[in-house]
Amino acid sequence: MMKKKTRPAETVLKGLILFSALLSIVLLAVIIIYVVNRGIQNVSPSFLTTVTSARRGTKGIAGNIVNTLLIIIVSMVIAGPVGVGAAIYLNEYARPGKLVQIIEFATEVLSGIPSIIFGLFGMMFFVETLGLGYCILSGSLTLSLMVLPLITRNTQEALKTVPDGYRSGAIGLGAGKWYMIRTILIPSAMPGIITGVILAVGRIVGESAALLLTAGSAKLLPVGIFGKKGLFSKIFQSGGSLTVQLYLSATSESDFDTAFGTALVLLVIVFLINVMTKKLTSGMNRCSE
Amino acid sequence: MVNRTDNNTKISVKNLNLYYGENHALKDINMDIYENTVTALIGPSGCGKSTFLKTLNRMNDLVENVRITGDIMLEQENIYDEKIDTTVLREHVGMVFQQPNPFPMSIYDNIAYGPRVHGIRDRKKLDQIVEESLRGAAIFDEVKDRLKKSALGLSGGQQQRICIARALAVKPSVLLMDEPTSALDPISTAKIEELMEELKKQYTIVIVTHNMQQALRVSDYTAFFLTGEMVEYADTETLFSYPQDKRTEDYITGRFG
Repeated sequence: MMKKKTRPAETVLKGLILFSALLSIVLLAVIIIYVVNRGIQNVSPSFLTTVTSARRGTKGIAGNIVNTLLIIIVSMVIAGPVGVGAAIYLNEYARPGKLVQIIEFATEVLSGIPSIIFGLFGMMFFVETLGLGYCILSGSLTLSLMVLPLITRNTQEALKTVPDGYRSGAIGLGAGKWYMIRTILIPSAMPGIITGVILAVGRIVGESAALLLTAGSAKLLPVGIFGKKGLFSKIFQSGGSLTVQLYLSATSESDFDTAFGTALVLLVIVFLINVMTKKLTSGMNRCSE
Repeated sequence: MVNRTDNNTKISVKNLNLYYGENHALKDINMDIYENTVTALIGPSGCGKSTFLKTLNRMNDLVENVRITGDIMLEQENIYDEKIDTTVLREHVGMVFQQPNPFPMSIYDNIAYGPRVHGIRDRKKLDQIVEESLRGAAIFDEVKDRLKKSALGLSGGQQQRICIARALAVKPSVLLMDEPTSALDPISTAKIEELMEELKKQYTIVIVTHNMQQALRVSDYTAFFLTGEMVEYADTETLFSYPQDKRTEDYITGRFG
């Protein structure tokens, strides 16, 4: 009576689940191996430190790496404070009700919009209407809009997990609301905020469509920090990110060596970002225990 | 109502009414709270005792749709006067909550939080306040070697004494305690009750408690609340031995609640 029964349906399902799991891992592995395999011979020190120049006979993506970093930094300087500020407002100041619901719904929708639509808007608004032209700033502003929901949502979720006891405890000691937010809530929510920021950075690194329409495709390296050709002026000049370069290499330039080299560099960056997120958030969780 | 007059009146509540929207949560409360005594507020859940406690340092200000009428005089000042700065009020009237709620920071920073809110930055002064406050809450010896460690690593009972120390650090004269031992084990509870005995020499304590034995043990005066009304208020002995109101008697003899 108590003998084990074989349940064929269960066995088949188990097999299917196992197959799906394996398939997803194998596919990922194949892509990575393929990219590494085709990219590795192109990634040399000079590939990483020079720009492609027919005159000098060099081939490299240093300019694109710098552009990507600039885009990340400028976008985060814009979207970070705005996103965190919005989350704090929604969670701590706004009266819960229709308006907050609408805003939250809107951010949700915003995060689902295809990036090329942001690109189109950025092109019309930042590049044309505001007259910023195709430049890193236009691209960063566009990407800021795109990643804002990511930062806001993550910050909000983090704020929601902060126990109410912290709030009443601080208020009970006479702290003003903003003082309480600054000294208790933001530090407590930091792991969530960082996660949001890093996810946003990940999206920025991987974004191409929106940048193609807004940031241009120049690959020159800035010279120095200040000055007309310096790092700061670069923000107002055309600059192609790694992804944009990859797109160009694989299409108009038909330079697949550069394309795969760039792809490998991107993979490594994404990998590093993920490792960093894990390290940072776990480190912080330990601190607050 | 209360005949003893050997202590000065610290807080005087006059015709206090509180509404949550349409709900009349506190009905015409009149009560004098005496200096350097422990006053216990008892009553069944939802009777308004915690709400009343929170009116004493205006923590209800944070709740939406609350309307309060009447006066609460803290010594000579009406704390519901428009000109009252709640930050300053809460410097005088500290609060300890039901759940120990130390902040996720070091023990030292927890205690120094209040003084910092009120603008004390001097390191030496802070060191001194932290030590005094921890001693005042009878927890200094247990934590003196780990002041820089997170307060969240302490036991529940220790955490609650940290919260008491944190409240003492702003040098209040009144200490409000909202069921401070209900989340604690009996040994920690005993420690905190013992501490209250010590604290009332310097502070005026108002405590909300579910536990009538506790009210008997720690308080000098007891007020019995029921559905937003203060039914009876007397010195603790009288209230528990000779309740004047039938409802008080029913409650303390365990007929409901």
